Amino acid sequence: MFTRRSLLNSLVAGGASALLGGSRRLYAAQTAVRRFRIWDNHSHLHSAPGDTPEARMEVLIRCADRLGIERIILSQGYSADLHPTRDQLREENDRVLRAVRRFPERAYGSVYLSPSFLDFSLQEFDRCVRDGPMVGIGELEADMRCNAPEMDPIVERAISMKAPILQHTWLKADGNLPGESTPYDLVELARRHPGANFICAHTGGDWERGIRIIRSTRNICAGIAGFDPTAGVVEMAVRELGPERVVYGSDVGGRSFASQLANVMGADIPDSAKELVLGGNLRRLLTPALRAKGYQA
Amino acid sequence: MIVDTNVNISRWPFRRLAGDETPDLVARLRQRNVVQAWAGSFDGILHKDIGGVNARLAVECNTYGKGFLAPFGSINPKLPDWREDLRRCAQDHRMPGIRLHPNYHGYELKDPVFAELLHMAAASGLIVQLVVSMEDIRTQHPLMRVPPVDLSALAEVVKSQPSTRLILLNWWPALREQRIAPLADAGELYFDLSMVEGIEGVARLVEQLPPERVLFGSNFPLFYFEAALLKVQESGLPETRKTMLFEGNARRILPPKAA
Repeated sequence: MFTRRSLLNSLVAGGASALLGGSRRLYAAQTAVRRFRIWDNHSHLHSAPGDTPEARMEVLIRCADRLGIERIILSQGYSADLHPTRDQLREENDRVLRAVRRFPERAYGSVYLSPSFLDFSLQEFDRCVRDGPMVGIGELEADMRCNAPEMDPIVERAISMKAPILQHTWLKADGNLPGESTPYDLVELARRHPGANFICAHTGGDWERGIRIIRSTRNICAGIAGFDPTAGVVEMAVRELGPERVVYGSDVGGRSFASQLANVMGADIPDSAKELVLGGNLRRLLTPALRAKGYQA
Repeated sequence: MIVDTNVNISRWPFRRLAGDETPDLVARLRQRNVVQAWAGSFDGILHKDIGGVNARLAVECNTYGKGFLAPFGSINPKLPDWREDLRRCAQDHRMPGIRLHPNYHGYELKDPVFAELLHMAAASGLIVQLVVSMEDIRTQHPLMRVPPVDLSALAEVVKSQPSTRLILLNWWPALREQRIAPLADAGELYFDLSMVEGIEGVARLVEQLPPERVLFGSNFPLFYFEAALLKVQESGLPETRKTMLFEGNARRILPPKAA
């Protein structure tokens, strides 16, 4: 069975040495990541090589191992279709279930839903989260902006299981796509549901604005995933939100684990803050759902 | 040991950065086991007094990073008398190369001035770095939206200038993977990895190109240095390939004495 200790031991025994090899004097960041328990809140099977969910997941886990990432939260399956049908939603969730089943000690699933198919989405939540192995909702980005009233029953379902919601947000200089959420939309939703926990995926992309938008809404964490590793993002997020409201994620496979991990590893913040951002905060958010299912954090 | 082919000194116009004072930049790079950094200047993107930009770059590199920072002067071929800037880079400052920002300087690669610039640079023994983009167009300042350089004409121009040694920096937003190899075949083209993305992205890049054509570049201090470093770690490349990428390939282009 996978445990943090076994991972660290295997890395110390062979992995880290093999990774550094003849370049043993390389900057300590390559080994420093192994000081932390890293959980990735935002990953997909998109763009990963492989013909099956299991095969794609093997690639993700292989890369996670190289970087000392302990667990990943997987959603959306192969496709990021913004207008999925009911069948597509179910198929993608099934792919996530298959992938996670292949590595049950390394990954958890998060259910993809669409407010356009509310009754179906609530049933899908029950199938995958209430009665299934998944532990969260999202990354949500289908069909309509998240301030829509159709989102309310979905959020209430999440509250019933104390499951966090990962909501896609962007603030694109050239304009968002129709139905694409902004951090402003998420703030509206979060204020209607103070008992829910949200992760603002991408922090709006334009993070200097995104951080400010969510700053006063305390049930939203900044999701550090899915944008260029621009220096300063994590420093600003920790300064403005506090280290308890910043959550590492990668947005693999559109991005790499590595570039997004660098946002935290390269930041001028204390190790205690890095520990929270890299995994502590996500484990706190997931603890009720993990306990309900008998998973060990 | 690492040779970083893509760093900048001075100030990014839209944000203060850790490392935007040259002594601090050098200290941070040395701490990360960088033994040489090829440095342009952020000032070269927007300033019109390019002669002043390059003179300051030369002084900063010599004062704070002699033998460590290799200065790559900016050339804007849309400025009057740009050829004098090129001459100064080569002869007065004895720089190993130059850095171009066609999208910020307002010309396309099919413009004859680009071919002339490549020709003159090669004749002067200068390496040319072409910066394809600086940041994600979706997050740019609303009054400063600059798309990546259109590279569709690049292969033809490079074929016409066979002595050119050209390095593409920050190219990922403008090139899909299927276009990389044909471009590399056009001439002596190199690719840095600063903006390469996707799962095992660096490993895929190395598979598609002759391995000596991929260079370590961080885009520091605009990007976290660790991004480039950890992408190599994620790639799982064999040690020999990693050594080439970290140092060997850059050393072949710019041997230590020439730096």
